[in-house]
Amino acid sequence: MTSGGGKRVLELNGIVKDYASEAGTFRALDGVDVAVDQGEFLSIMGPSGSGKSTLMNIIGCLDSATEGAYRFDGVDISAYDEKALAKLRNDSIGFVFQQFNLLPRLSSRANVALPLVYSGVSLKDRNARADELLALVGLEGKELSRPSQLSGGQQQRVAVARALANNPRLLLADEPTGALDTKTGAEVLALFRDLNAARGVTAVIVTHDPGVAAATNRVVRIQDGRITYDGPPTEQALAGVGHAYDPA
Amino acid sequence: MLAEAWSALVANRLRSILTMLGMIIGVAAVILMLAIGSGVQVYIEKQISSLGSNLLIISSGAARTGGGFAQGIGTAPTLTLDDAEAIARLPTVVAAAPQSGFGAQVTAGPTNWLTQVSTSTPSWFQVQDWYPDEGRAFTEMEDRQAARVAVIGRTVADELFGANDPLGQQIRVRGVTFTVIGILPKRGQGIGGSNRDDTIVLPLNSAQRLVQGGGAFRRSVRTISVSVATPEAMAPTEEAISQLLRRRHQLAPAAPDDFSITNITAVGETFAETTGAISLLLGAIGGISLVVGGIGIMNIMLVSVTERTREIGIRMAIGASRGAIRLQFLLEALMLSLAGCLIGVMLGTGLAVIAGKFLPFVTVITPASVIISFAISAGIGIFFGWWPANRAAKLSPIEALRS
Repeated sequence: MTSGGGKRVLELNGIVKDYASEAGTFRALDGVDVAVDQGEFLSIMGPSGSGKSTLMNIIGCLDSATEGAYRFDGVDISAYDEKALAKLRNDSIGFVFQQFNLLPRLSSRANVALPLVYSGVSLKDRNARADELLALVGLEGKELSRPSQLSGGQQQRVAVARALANNPRLLLADEPTGALDTKTGAEVLALFRDLNAARGVTAVIVTHDPGVAAATNRVVRIQDGRITYDGPPTEQALAGVGHAYDPA
Repeated sequence: MLAEAWSALVANRLRSILTMLGMIIGVAAVILMLAIGSGVQVYIEKQISSLGSNLLIISSGAARTGGGFAQGIGTAPTLTLDDAEAIARLPTVVAAAPQSGFGAQVTAGPTNWLTQVSTSTPSWFQVQDWYPDEGRAFTEMEDRQAARVAVIGRTVADELFGANDPLGQQIRVRGVTFTVIGILPKRGQGIGGSNRDDTIVLPLNSAQRLVQGGGAFRRSVRTISVSVATPEAMAPTEEAISQLLRRRHQLAPAAPDDFSITNITAVGETFAETTGAISLLLGAIGGISLVVGGIGIMNIMLVSVTERTREIGIRMAIGASRGAIRLQFLLEALMLSLAGCLIGVMLGTGLAVIAGKFLPFVTVITPASVIISFAISAGIGIFFGWWPANRAAKLSPIEALRS
């Protein structure tokens, strides 16, 4: 199910990902079809080893599929080389990680401005944009703080601001609340909701936490490299039972 | 990008400085050695030109060759005034100055001074390319007539007459009175450190008749200095003189020479070449430490890449291309080597200036040595930075993020 109306941001068809290991080939994804429209707020759920990280890496253009087609913004990017993928990540995708992944040497402002360095924005414009985004995530006055001087929740807000630096088409978060306590986790989740509702940011959250998935509008469950559910966050869906997913 | 590289180096300040140390020492050594080498070269060139150019010096007595009996130079004068005149008639010879000399106590009124007396013909001034800057040289006529005139060096002038004008004054050499007619300009130290200004030049005939008292060796001279027309003519002229003297001295074909010919320019050049080779060798040792410094940079950059794998992953995830990552690490390596080079140049320059104060010559820091140092350092930064930078760029972003 898709919420419809919006433009299609990404579309995966028959995605297969194989890894070579000593024990032979391991198939992490086995024919995944998923499509996300602009303005959607969805979660990808699954236990560890289900293939959700692999799926996230492929969606995030950090990895490419063995088979299948990936259309981003209507363009088939399956054959993109590393340089083109790097540019796509820079222009169109914002990452938020479980461990925040800020550069410890840099101030909040410099961390947020980092993606703009690679897209060739001038220092003055970078800093102006970074301060604007820090204000947006509620960190006004923390522009010069280093990550070590911030709480976990604050660091994750800096990371969200960084992900938004280039006005990405897609905000991709990997367990964004995984390293936070319940209260700050809820605050960060609320920030995602706000960004989605107020600014129409398309957001995909990868999580194993039913509580997080429940906050989104659509849940995609994955198990053993296949999608087992794609629909609204019902109680059964979050618990991993109920609706069998029918790809047809 | 430059600011990024700088901040990474500043973040690891101590490590960056230690890494640069190899470059600093290498560059300082290269600069210092080349400065000393150039200084020596300039010094020697000045010495050679002060001796007069294209100069051959013929001495009485054979050079010591082989194991046979050989006379010391000057022990039995075999050269004569007539030899000098014959040599002067050779086509490639500009002038030939027969010369003898002795040490003597020279007095002027109450003061006296022990100095070296040279006795020669007026050709001496031409051959030495050293003319009085006050007064004049003695003439052919004065030499023939054994006039009692003397040209004195600056040191003798100062010692005997102090602030008074020596021109026209009387000096006594071995009881004979001479009138000072000229003063030679200052020339400083000769090779071997002797003071060339501590000298008196007398006409050969005057000295032989009046001072040495004539006798059997009346027409003999100790050395003949020969000025040759061009540098190219030096070798053929040396050969021509050798044949001429053997004929004049009626030496049998198998007999050894009873004279020896020294090419002063060649001696100086050999000396310059030797010192040049030594300073080049020392510079090469400095160059080796540059390479060692470069390997140090590579080592530290490899460690840095390993340590910062996660940072590389983050940068890649937010859109840094492999090229951008490579450039960042290359710039860091380049910055390390160039900063090391800059400090090395300053240190080397400082040491060269200090060394110049303790050495008998001025050290010369040539712009070329500084430019070469920078070029080599930049080359080393890129060469030894390339591998670590490439390693960083080849990391998989997923693997790097997982670290």
